[in-house]
Amino acid sequence: MNETMVQSQPVVASASAPEKLLTVENVTLSFGGVRALSDVSFDIRKSEIRAIIGPNGAGKTSMLNCINGFYHPQAGRITFKGKMRQRMRPYDAALQGIARTFQNVALFKGMTTLDNILTGRTLKMHRSFFWHLFRHGPAMNEEIEHRKYCEEIIDFLEIEHIRKTPVGRLPYGLQKRVELGRALAMQPDLLLLDEPMAGMNLEEKEDMCRFILDVNRQFGTTIALIEHDMGVVMDISDRVVVLEYGHKIADGSPDEVKADQRVIDAYLGVSH
Amino acid sequence: MDILYSIFVDPFMQMGSAPDLLVQTLWEGFVGGILYALIALGFVLIFKASGVFNFAQGIMVVFAALTLVGLYEKGVPAFLALAITIGVMFVLAYAIERVVLRPLVNQPDIILFMATFGLTYLLIGLGEAIFGGNPKVMIAEQLYLPKGAIDLKILGGVVTLQKIDIAAAIIALVMIGALSLFFQYTRIGRALRAVADSHKAALSVGISLNQIWVIVWFIAGVVALITGIMWGARSDVSFALQVVALKALPVLILGGFTSVPGAIVGGLIIGIGEKIGEFYWGPLVGGATESWLAYCIALVFLMFRPQGLFGERIIERI
Repeated sequence: MNETMVQSQPVVASASAPEKLLTVENVTLSFGGVRALSDVSFDIRKSEIRAIIGPNGAGKTSMLNCINGFYHPQAGRITFKGKMRQRMRPYDAALQGIARTFQNVALFKGMTTLDNILTGRTLKMHRSFFWHLFRHGPAMNEEIEHRKYCEEIIDFLEIEHIRKTPVGRLPYGLQKRVELGRALAMQPDLLLLDEPMAGMNLEEKEDMCRFILDVNRQFGTTIALIEHDMGVVMDISDRVVVLEYGHKIADGSPDEVKADQRVIDAYLGVSH
Repeated sequence: MDILYSIFVDPFMQMGSAPDLLVQTLWEGFVGGILYALIALGFVLIFKASGVFNFAQGIMVVFAALTLVGLYEKGVPAFLALAITIGVMFVLAYAIERVVLRPLVNQPDIILFMATFGLTYLLIGLGEAIFGGNPKVMIAEQLYLPKGAIDLKILGGVVTLQKIDIAAAIIALVMIGALSLFFQYTRIGRALRAVADSHKAALSVGISLNQIWVIVWFIAGVVALITGIMWGARSDVSFALQVVALKALPVLILGGFTSVPGAIVGGLIIGIGEKIGEFYWGPLVGGATESWLAYCIALVFLMFRPQGLFGERIIERI
């Protein structure tokens, strides 16, 4: 309960000495002649909800891809948990505690909800290939233990009824929820959400907001999210960074960002 | 009229009048089908996990069997030779991942397909260079595989079951069963299915594609070894076995490239279909239908169900 109290007042926490979980410094990424990101710097503090917003094509997803190792920026530095990294692979990112969801749901469509969420436990299972071959002894205990953890996540996300359904058959909103579940199963330190509410109706959005806030408060998970629904972003995030054409144009609390002239111009358009 | 009679009536009359022959034909088709299914299984495993149509699967069967027999001929005890061969298949899987797959990651499928062609000829050359090109006898006896036949007196006749065929069927079924359990219920099995579904998502949860590819190619290698032992014990170990492996193509077309049960059912349909076709309808065209009938069945299938019996129907939004 105490923890919840502390985290629901991030402003106070950040006023003292905010611990930086992730720092992005002067990151530049280009594909051939196209600059996706130019000289972008920002940081993510421990236990905050950080939003990355911007018009289409601003480089938001590219930024996430850099953070979890799908892309390797040509210049700049990314420091996670105090460690600087060079050309990290997604596998290493997962190992260090970064989980993510994707803009267009990337689930294992042929597998059930439960199996999908269990894949999130991959890195937490340590028994060797040969134990698994026989599915016996320690491998079996391990399986049961992780299954229990996944059932808790299923409970938490209120998807008990679709536990055994192949996810390819689920409606979009539920798929997004399963994808969140799979990321949560990794017990990440940093959770990257790429448009968690895209394509959802109002009710689904409200549910998703509630889950995101609960994850943040109950487990203290740091969350970075990309979202287009400004109402949602301004409501749930502690700090917002705004990108446009690969440049950072604003960074600050929701209120500061809302009042920023460059942000207003970027979103409403301005005559040059 | 005579032709119609001999196509549509006579074969069935024969089946009715000599049911023991029918059973014998079905049995032989069944065993052949199981072995086709094993080869197809090797293709399916690799295709699912890495999206590569592995043209080298056939030669892997020959190479594995050849290594086993070759080692034995060089004086290695049979079971030690078996263990070493399994080790060789692991090294092969590791080398393929390192040298072929990893540098070609994200290349179009056709490039990877061509790379497996190269692999085929590499393995042919390597096999011939080390063990020679002559046909060899499988060391079935030394591996305690049964010999001889059982005669069953049923349906007013005698049905002969080769013991090696029975052993092959049992081993194949056990292996298929074990593989499906492994896929369904273990962490690595789950990871394999995950990789088959989406590389991107698999990477994001920390599944190492490189590790999975090695495991898949290794499992395909072991399947190839077992297939090689069984085929080798029924005929002999030679490079001609490779052609048999091409029979997996119609099996895959029937069963679908991505379905393990499909490989099994497809194998059985092809195996039984070609034996029955050869025995009852073969004489009409002067025999030797076995070499092409399977491909005809597959062609007919392609017209009506291009994704195969169990393949994933591809519906794309346009």
